[in-house]
Amino acid sequence: MNEVRMLSTSGILGYGFSEEALRIGMAAAPHVIGADGGSTDPGPHYLGSGTGFCARLSVKRDLRLMLLAAMAARIPCIVGTAGGAGGEPHLQDTAALVREIAREEGLSFRMALIHAEQDAATLKAAVAAGRTTALAKLPTLDDATIDRAVRVVGMMGPEPIIRALDAGAQVILCGRSSDPAQWAAVAIRAGLPPAPSWYAGKMLECGAEPAVPKEPDCLLVTVRDDHVVCEPPNPIRRCTPLSVSNFALHENASPIRHVEPGGILDTADISIDAVTDRAVRVGGMRWTSSPTYTVKLEGVELNGYRTMTVCGTRDPVLIGQIDSYLAAHRDRVAARAAAIGVRAGGWRLAVRTYGRDGVMADWEPERDAGSPHELGFVLEVVAADQETANTVLAVARTSLLHADFPGRLCKEGNMAFPFSPSDIPLGPHYRFSIFHTMAVDDPCAPFPIEYEAV
Amino acid sequence: MPRIRDIAQVCKSKNAGPFHVTIDVLFEDPALYARVKATGVLNAALFARLYGVAEEDVQFSPYDAASAFKATLPRLVPAGDVGDTDVYGAQQHAPLLEVDIPLNDPAG
Repeated sequence: MNEVRMLSTSGILGYGFSEEALRIGMAAAPHVIGADGGSTDPGPHYLGSGTGFCARLSVKRDLRLMLLAAMAARIPCIVGTAGGAGGEPHLQDTAALVREIAREEGLSFRMALIHAEQDAATLKAAVAAGRTTALAKLPTLDDATIDRAVRVVGMMGPEPIIRALDAGAQVILCGRSSDPAQWAAVAIRAGLPPAPSWYAGKMLECGAEPAVPKEPDCLLVTVRDDHVVCEPPNPIRRCTPLSVSNFALHENASPIRHVEPGGILDTADISIDAVTDRAVRVGGMRWTSSPTYTVKLEGVELNGYRTMTVCGTRDPVLIGQIDSYLAAHRDRVAARAAAIGVRAGGWRLAVRTYGRDGVMADWEPERDAGSPHELGFVLEVVAADQETANTVLAVARTSLLHADFPGRLCKEGNMAFPFSPSDIPLGPHYRFSIFHTMAVDDPCAPFPIEYEAV
Repeated sequence: MPRIRDIAQVCKSKNAGPFHVTIDVLFEDPALYARVKATGVLNAALFARLYGVAEEDVQFSPYDAASAFKATLPRLVPAGDVGDTDVYGAQQHAPLLEVDIPLNDPAG
């Protein structure tokens, strides 16, 4: 019986895992070790800025242990969505870490870097050929949106990863990749059908998350012709039908149809059964190839520069009239900003009121339930440049602190500020602007591979 | 009448991409899940009402294989955009916790 065993070390490279779990997992003789390096989940900043959201030293610790284990066992080590967002700077930063570790540990291997950034010319040609489609009700992609984008990545499927494995790469760093693709690639290449191969990828994309207790750690998945078996190597964890079911719903719009590059994974009729008290078998998944191969595109544009501050009030007189106070505050900020020459419409102020609706905003059903004894505020100003954002935020902060209100007793100040300096410039603010698909003839074409002897 | 928080083993929210939030309710016991499903309380209209979004924008699926319900809604603000309150979308589940499920009231 054909069988592939795969060891995912962690939900995100840099989130950590136990060395004991890695040791036990490697004792099961996996055919590949790897981890997903990123996600859009931490927001648009990381794709825009080209930086990662995990600390470099945390990533280096995880990578070192994984590379040492892979070299000792002579198996490939694959990192998906390297560096957090899978753009060129993210890929290069991760490659630099790998080289650094190899030098320190005296390791040598063939490394593949699979690039995922998409240039404007390619994207515009796809637009002109009518090969792009908007997702999530975004406007149709056009040249102006492409020109405004700071960085655009394509999300690779398993095909470029299979190509790198065929070329003998032992360490593969992927730019932006569909989370399950790095795992599906290994199982499909070994001759297993796409359905269990992709499902295995779904289970492995976040390390031990399909296990309990749910903390960053390793997960071992065995793929066979018609099912997968999930088992965490760490003896303190277990996979149960509930923990696997919980994860089966993770971050997908539909629990049943999972759209992937090249096809759809249908999980309507899966069976989830305990094999032991720590291992769960999932079978009955189906795969349907799509007539057109589509690559998802993710892009961000610069929306301006941002400054923020944090403060709170403990004054019941103010808390009792907070809505009218904040409405008046907005008008005062506009008037004061205009008075010092800041162009109207050139900035945006957002106030989050914690203790009221700071977490759910307009979705909060209990914003007017009771009167809290304190309220916290986070003020944000976004403007075309940092100085304007700093200026308007300072105006907003001063006004919130010192403005009068009916019945005011706290005449020295309305707010408690926990920090000096109170105002925190956050630098460039990016927003997601491209979330589209691009039809391609060759799944490898948008993802050039570079090989290197490390 | 039990509330979701009294009978479900999981009730959670998370981004499904930068433009959607997805909310899941899971039951460990398939029989209990079947009884909850039979009440018909959990549906797209409930999520539309709880979150103030148009019913046609709610993608609702019961998922028998996992004894779960899933609803996916468009976010108020795309993740990380100006004024967003929850970049990961991980704290938008609470209104569901209080929903009554008329398990003991066949007329319910």
